[in-house]
Amino acid sequence: MTGRIGSIVVCVVFVALMLALPHMVRPYYVGLATKMIIFALFAMSLDLLLGYTGLASLGHAAFFGVAAYAVALLILRAGVGGWIAFPAALVASTVTGALVAVLALRARGSYFLMITFALAQVVWSVAFGWRSFTNGDDGMPGVARPNFGWSLEGTDAFYYFVLAVVGCAALLLLAIVKSPFGRALRGIRESETRMQALGYDVWRYQFVAFVLAASFAGLAGALYAYFNRFVGPEYLHVIQSAEALIMVILGGAGTLVGPAIGAALIVFLEDYVSSLTQHWLLVLGSIYVLVTLFAPRGLVGLIVDYRQRRFEP
Amino acid sequence: MIWVIHVLNGIAIGMLLFLLAAGLSLIFGLMKILNLTHGSFYLVGGYIGLTVMQRTGSFALALLAAAAAIALLGAVIERFVLRRFHLDELPQTLLTFGFLFIFADLSLWIWGGDPVMVRQPRILAGSLPMGDYGYPIYRLFLIAVGLVVAGALWWFQEHTRLGTMLRAGVDDAEIARALGIDVSLLFTLIFAVGAALAALGGVLAAPILSLYPGADFDALILAFVVVIVGGLGSLKGALVGALLVGLLDDFGKAFFPQFALFTVFVPMAFILVVRPTGLFGRR
Amino acid sequence: MIALAVDDLAKNFGGVAALAGVSLEIGIGERRVLLGPNGAGKTTLFHAISGNVMPSSGRIRLFGQDITQLRSDRRARLGLARTFQITNLFPRLTVLDSVLLAIGGACGRPWQLLPPLSSHRSLDDQAHRLLDQWGLAGTARRVVRNLSYGEQRQLELVLAIAGEPRLLLLDEPTAGLSPAETSRVVAMVQALPRDMTILIIEHDMDVAFELADRIAVMHQGRLIAEGDEAAIRANPQVTEIYLGAE
Repeated sequence: MTGRIGSIVVCVVFVALMLALPHMVRPYYVGLATKMIIFALFAMSLDLLLGYTGLASLGHAAFFGVAAYAVALLILRAGVGGWIAFPAALVASTVTGALVAVLALRARGSYFLMITFALAQVVWSVAFGWRSFTNGDDGMPGVARPNFGWSLEGTDAFYYFVLAVVGCAALLLLAIVKSPFGRALRGIRESETRMQALGYDVWRYQFVAFVLAASFAGLAGALYAYFNRFVGPEYLHVIQSAEALIMVILGGAGTLVGPAIGAALIVFLEDYVSSLTQHWLLVLGSIYVLVTLFAPRGLVGLIVDYRQRRFEP
Repeated sequence: MIWVIHVLNGIAIGMLLFLLAAGLSLIFGLMKILNLTHGSFYLVGGYIGLTVMQRTGSFALALLAAAAAIALLGAVIERFVLRRFHLDELPQTLLTFGFLFIFADLSLWIWGGDPVMVRQPRILAGSLPMGDYGYPIYRLFLIAVGLVVAGALWWFQEHTRLGTMLRAGVDDAEIARALGIDVSLLFTLIFAVGAALAALGGVLAAPILSLYPGADFDALILAFVVVIVGGLGSLKGALVGALLVGLLDDFGKAFFPQFALFTVFVPMAFILVVRPTGLFGRR
Repeated sequence: MIALAVDDLAKNFGGVAALAGVSLEIGIGERRVLLGPNGAGKTTLFHAISGNVMPSSGRIRLFGQDITQLRSDRRARLGLARTFQITNLFPRLTVLDSVLLAIGGACGRPWQLLPPLSSHRSLDDQAHRLLDQWGLAGTARRVVRNLSYGEQRQLELVLAIAGEPRLLLLDEPTAGLSPAETSRVVAMVQALPRDMTILIIEHDMDVAFELADRIAVMHQGRLIAEGDEAAIRANPQVTEIYLGAE
């Protein structure tokens, strides 16, 4: 019983802290926290795919970036307002997710890895190379934040907006993974053949999981476009996918909360390292190696192991 | 005649891709490891070759040094890091992915961010007259090298006991040991050979393509497309896939220059719809 | 009424004929045991019936319906269930989750993603009842990979029957079990509803004769003998195979 009460207390304290944050730290850190929350959503969306369904994708940034570009293109080239650009971006990332899923789910394992990697790079190459449409490497600055009644130009206002949106999205993701659908995904992760033998159309479940993951990633991407007021091809690059992947692994795949923590850590680390040196990739790669060697089940895994050893001799 | 030129270009590039893809396929076929560090082996190998060329002016030495250095690097990585995760797919992927980034950063640090090209070795410079045009001898050399390597690998696969094992895709270490083969040595050896092939590709490519930060990712993507089309774990698949992708890449660049990666995407998408395990893939 | 009709089924794996024209008919409620030495094609036959392998030629009919080209999950939704020779469970899930998945899978609605909320409680009860009934009481919260081998084989069986299948395929259900565990499995199978048709692959002759209404013997991809216990015991070909194999 104390376990449950303990969890509720932690949650309440956490939410209180999140709500009070802008009054406790400088605006720079409010901005950083906003970024952490956005990437927490991105990481959780990948966890749905990797941690729950067992599909390791190396190209998740494709959906993140497509949504971001959709926002930028609609606002800057089509002069469309926030009410339309935001949902349109979600539609764009969802559709892209469906298209990639149809191709990538033709295969499994290593082929699936390669295909997601390659397809995401193709999308990147379009953004990078089609200068007349996307400005190529220079990116698209000047993305104005939406005005849903209140102005979101201020750091604090945008922080609360992101907190609300991601909070709802997180609750939705939680509902999904706890549902019978979520249970089926975990079954598929453990044994596709067993699920097939039990009467589940495995492909269909994987497809829906993939598309859902793409949608939530797109939501994060759209928020990020507004956050930076800028969109560039790096949103689509494999390095962005790699960051999302390590967020999930570092935090602990298959736990939802783990990847959120992992995201916060990686965002913080990148911010810190980038202020000291240009060698973020070196650090990122090293984290990959270290986590895989010493904490393959992530931080949540370490905590679970520690508690098991302490309380169950 | 211009078609012949394009075809030869495509085959030359295809041979480079073959070196990359063969290494990837070889490693996967035996060890079931999808080696994402392969791109680094290509780029760093190329950079090492460049440095050796700059110091000694000898292309042959550059090739040798790059192959040896990268083979050693590969052997060390396999022996001390990858060995622990022989059968787990995700950890292997994460490790080789991590190394890809580490080497990307290190090579940027050591060799800088400007694209560099290696000078063509003098004996291979010049062109062979073909109709109204002259075709670069270097590219013909590439085609020759590719054929020699393909031939050597094929011979090894068909006519040695080791090769038969590789072809069968030995999954059972017990059987291998019963046949008197030192499995751990074999794994390290094959990984080193695969890495060396990638490095050779990097040095050979350097005079016609340039070496630049990000070439590791680009090479890796193309290698992936080749094995997706040709089938992972198949030597024949690597060759056929490489030639196909090379030709498509060349024609793509000639006719749709802004969408080069797109024309590489098309065969991949096509294969996935029609035959997901690749032309010569298993299962 | 015929539960399962296999018509001249053949399967070639690159030149090797794993199945060389097998035909059999199993009536509703019958317990048929499949015997035969290793490599006889028994498991291949199972894979063909369950849809894990597509036959090279021949037909399979389940309760009159042609299922030869159907995918394995479609066949499962038509009332076919199987266990696997090598335990195929969900290592990191709990026993309860595993059984809930098994019950949910048999719902039969192709687009089933989220069954109605009201049924959550009753599904839970149903799962617990199944576990209690089939000797796995109290294991609900345990993680599958922490179960003993015997418990895992029992769970394998429970997952197969959770969906109340019409045709059950058991692939060597007693393999690797102690005599006590074997008796428990035999008792489980004998306790199954009589309207359930069961096809069993067995190596243990005693178990085979105990469970079977009729026996079919396979050898080198063919069915060489079919009949009740007495007929099989008296068959000279059968004794030759088994004595020769030993």
